[in-house]
Amino acid sequence: MPYIQNSDADRAAMLERIGLSSLQELFASIPEDVQLKELPAIADGLSESELQAHLAELGADNQPATGSCFLGGGFYDHTWPAIVDHLMQRSEFLTAYTPYQPECSQGTLQWIFEFQSMIAELTGCEVANASMYDGSSAAAEAVLMSMTQTRRKRVVISEGVHPETIETIRTYMHHMEAEIVIAPLDGGLTAWEGLINQDTASVLVQQPNFLGGVEELESLAAEAHAAGALAISSVYPVSMGLLKSPGAMGFDIVVGEGQSLGVPLGYGGPGFGFFAASSKAVRKLPGRLVGQSVDTKGRRAYTLAFQTREQHIRREKATSNICTNNSLIALRGCIHMAALGPEGLEEVAAVSRQRMLALVEALEQSGVPRAFPEAPFFNECAFRMENEDAVQQLKDSMLEQGLHGVLPLSRWFDNMDGIFTLACTEKVRPEDIHLLASLAASCQTQVPA
Amino acid sequence: MYLPPVNLLFEDSRPGRRCFRTTGADRTAATAGLPSSALRDTPPALPELGELDLLRHFTRLSQKNFGISVNFYPLGSCTMKYNPVVHEAIAAREEWSGLHPLQDEDTAQGALALMHDLARDLGELTGLPAVTLHPAAGAHGELTALMVLRAWLDQRGEHQRRKIMVPDSAHGTNPASCTLSGFSVVTVKSDDRGLCDLEDLAKHLGDDTAGLMITNPNTLGLFEDNIVEICKMVHDAGGKVYMDGANFNAIMGVARPGDFGIDMMHLNLHKTMSTPHGGGGPGSGPVCVTEELRTFLPAPQIVEEEGLYRLQTPEHSIGRMRAFHGNFLVLVRAYCYVRRLGAKGARRVAENAVLNANYLRVLVDKYWRVPYNRVCMHEFVARPTKAMRDAGIHTLDIAKRLIDCGYHPPTVYFPLVVHEAIMAEPTETESKETLDAFAETMIMIAEEAAAGDEKLHEAPVTMPVTRVDEARAVRDPQLCYRCGD
Repeated sequence: MPYIQNSDADRAAMLERIGLSSLQELFASIPEDVQLKELPAIADGLSESELQAHLAELGADNQPATGSCFLGGGFYDHTWPAIVDHLMQRSEFLTAYTPYQPECSQGTLQWIFEFQSMIAELTGCEVANASMYDGSSAAAEAVLMSMTQTRRKRVVISEGVHPETIETIRTYMHHMEAEIVIAPLDGGLTAWEGLINQDTASVLVQQPNFLGGVEELESLAAEAHAAGALAISSVYPVSMGLLKSPGAMGFDIVVGEGQSLGVPLGYGGPGFGFFAASSKAVRKLPGRLVGQSVDTKGRRAYTLAFQTREQHIRREKATSNICTNNSLIALRGCIHMAALGPEGLEEVAAVSRQRMLALVEALEQSGVPRAFPEAPFFNECAFRMENEDAVQQLKDSMLEQGLHGVLPLSRWFDNMDGIFTLACTEKVRPEDIHLLASLAASCQTQVPA
Repeated sequence: MYLPPVNLLFEDSRPGRRCFRTTGADRTAATAGLPSSALRDTPPALPELGELDLLRHFTRLSQKNFGISVNFYPLGSCTMKYNPVVHEAIAAREEWSGLHPLQDEDTAQGALALMHDLARDLGELTGLPAVTLHPAAGAHGELTALMVLRAWLDQRGEHQRRKIMVPDSAHGTNPASCTLSGFSVVTVKSDDRGLCDLEDLAKHLGDDTAGLMITNPNTLGLFEDNIVEICKMVHDAGGKVYMDGANFNAIMGVARPGDFGIDMMHLNLHKTMSTPHGGGGPGSGPVCVTEELRTFLPAPQIVEEEGLYRLQTPEHSIGRMRAFHGNFLVLVRAYCYVRRLGAKGARRVAENAVLNANYLRVLVDKYWRVPYNRVCMHEFVARPTKAMRDAGIHTLDIAKRLIDCGYHPPTVYFPLVVHEAIMAEPTETESKETLDAFAETMIMIAEEAAAGDEKLHEAPVTMPVTRVDEARAVRDPQLCYRCGD
C-alpha cells in the first residue's frame, strides 16, 4: 500500500485498542446510503517504477523548447544557478507548514524577511509581503486595496497590462459596483489623456507592457496623485536591473510575477506573485508579513506580524481571503536574487536586452520591422508581418527547428493582424537569433503581399 | 545540536562578492534606445555573497525548521502527510517543468492529458464531475466557487440571494471568501454534538439565502451526519451547498460529497493529494461542481476531441482567477499520487487516516479533556483539563513544550468553538510507533501541566530562540532590512 507504513497486524492491534472490530466501523457516522458500495472508478494503482514509466510516456507528448525559447507574454525562459535547485530540496523548507509556530520555523521566517527586504529594494517600496499566488491575482488584490484605501470605485487600467491580468481583475471586481476604464494603447504605449479624474481610485500600468513597450511612469504617478488616486505598477522583476523602479518614481503599490527570478516555466505555474507598497499602507496589505522581533531573552527573532489583518483572525473582516500563498517558489526567488546580487541582476537584464537588440536588427534586415517603432522596448518587442498567415508560417518553421516563439497579438487585441511579439533572455543563443531571422526572411518572401 | 544565529544576507554582504555571473553584459550597449529618464543609476542593492557562504546561509536556516521529513507534524486540518520524493523527481523533469504556458496546445498534449485525467479522477472521487484545476490554493478555490454560485444566481435573476450560512466551526477563509465575493455571512451555531445546528440553520434560511458553506468532516473531526438533510434544506430554500474539502482525506474512497447533495467543493491538493506545503505554499485548490454548474467554471477547461486535448473557456465562465492554467507542477505531483494510489489506495488513505486519529485519541483521552469523545474522523480536538488550567497552564504552553520534545504542535486555538483547542491530525502515513511515542509525550506533558510545571511556561528552550514577542512586531514594526533608509 503506497506510503502507508502500518501492517495488518498493527491495524488489528489499533482497532482493538479503540474497541472496534473492523475498519468499516470507523465510518459509522457516515449515513450508510451515501457510503460507496464499490470502489471509485479510477485506474488501479501503479508501483513507483510503473509510475516513472507512465509519466515518461505521457511526458513524451510534450515539446519543451530544445533550442532557444523566444516566447514571453509574462513568463520568460531565464536560467538560474544550481544552488537554487539544490537548496529547494532541503526537506525542512519543502515539507514545513506556514510558520505559525515561530520557534520551530525560524528558517522559513528569516528567509521570508530577507525576501521581503529584497522585493522592497527591487521595487523601490518600503514594505513587501511574503508572496501572492501569481502576478495577476496580486494585481487584482492591489486594485481592490486601492478602492478600500481611497473609498473610490473607478480604476483606470492600461490596455498594455497582461490580458489575463485584466481578465483576473474583471473577475475579482465583477460583483462590485465599480467601473473599470481601459486606457488604450497608441503606438505600443498607453494613452492616459483625460481618463484620470477625481473619482479614480487607482491607475494600473505594466512595465514593460504586454507588447514589450517601456512606459513613461514618472508623469503617470504624478498625475494619479494629483487626482487623489493611487499609482499601481506591475513590473517584470528582471528589468529592474536596468530600469528605474516604480517605487522610486512615486508609485504606491508595485506588484508582479516573480517567475523570471529563478523559477522554471512549469507550463505557467507555480510562479509567485509579489506585492510591495508604502509602509503607511501596511494594515491594508493582503497576505502574510514577517516582522523582526525579539525572544524572551532579547535575541533577534522573526515572527508573522500584523496577523489581525488576516482571515484566520479577522474572518469576514479580513483584508483578503488569502491563506496559502506560493511560499516555496518565493524561496527560489529569494535564493536566486541573493545569488545574482546587484551586478548579477544588471547582467541578466543587460544581456537579455542585448539579445533583443540583436534580434530586432536581424529581423529588420530580414524585412520584418518593429510594429511600433516609436515605443522603446526592453527584452520583448512587437513585430509586423504582412498577415496572420505569415506569422503562423514563421511560428511553424521555428517549431520545426526546436525554437519556441511568436505570440500573435490578434488572440487578444483587435486590429493587430500580422503583429506578434518575441522575447529574449540571456539563454537565447546568438546562432538561434540568426536562424530565426533567416526563417522570417523566407516566410516574408513566400507569402504574397 | 547548537544552531547559532544566522546573520541576515544583507549583513554578510561584501562589495564585489559574487555567486552567479552572466557573460557578455555591456551596460552601454544594453541601454541603447532607452530614454535616460527610465534608467536607474545603480542596480538594486541586493546582497553580495559568494557561493559557499550563500549555501551555508540557507542550509543553516533550513536546520531551524521543523518539517515532515524530520518531525511528526500532527497539525489539525492541514493534513501533513508524507510528501513522496518520487513526485519531486518527476515534476523537476524538463518535459514538465520546461513547458511555456503560451506554447501551442499541440506541443503540450502530455500536459493537457495529465490535467484532463486528473480532473476526471478528482470528479470521480468527489462525485462532482465538473472540475477546474485553475485555483492556486484552497481559499482561491472557495472564492472561485462563490463566484460560480453568484453567476448561477445572476443567471436566474435571483439578485436578492446574498446571504451565505457559515457554521461557527468553519475555517476563517470561508467568511473571508464570502466578503470578497460580495456575499454577507450568517453564522450558524454548532449543537451540543459539535455539529451544524439544524434548528439554527432553518431559522436563517429564506428568500435571501444564496447557500451554505460547510466543512465535512468538520473542524472538530466529526462527520456531519445530517448532511443529506442539510443539503435538502438549503436546496429547498433555493440555495446551493458548498463543501470546504480541507478534510477530504477522511472520506476519500469511502463516500462522495456529490452523493450527499453537495453542489460545489474545493480540494486542497497540498493536503489530501500529498503535495508539499513548502512553508506556506504553493498549493492548488481545484473546484469540483455538478454538471449544472460546469458552464460557469473559470477558464480554461481541458476538453478532449478525437484524441486531441485543448483548452476551452466554458460558455458562461466567471472568467479568470489568475493567469494561465493553474499551479501546473503541483498538479503533476497530485496526478502522480492519484496514479500510485489507484481506487483501492484512495480508500486505504481514508481508512488509515481515521484509524490513526482514533488510535491517538484513545491513547490520550484519559489525560486530556476531549470534548466530543466519540469515534472521530481524521482528526480530533482536545483541550487542557480544569486541573491544568487551575495550575495556570494554557494551550500555548502545551504547544511550546511539544516543540521541546521534537514534535510540531497540533493546530491550537482552532476551531474557535472549543476554548483552548488542540486539534490533532496524525494522517495515514504515520506508524503506530510514532503515535505511541507521541501519546507518551502528551501524557507526560499532561502530568507536568497538572502540576503547573514551570517548564511549560519557559518552553521552548531547545530551539534557536525562545518564545517570540509577537506584539512587539506590530508595535515596532520592522518588516525588512533597513526599511526606508
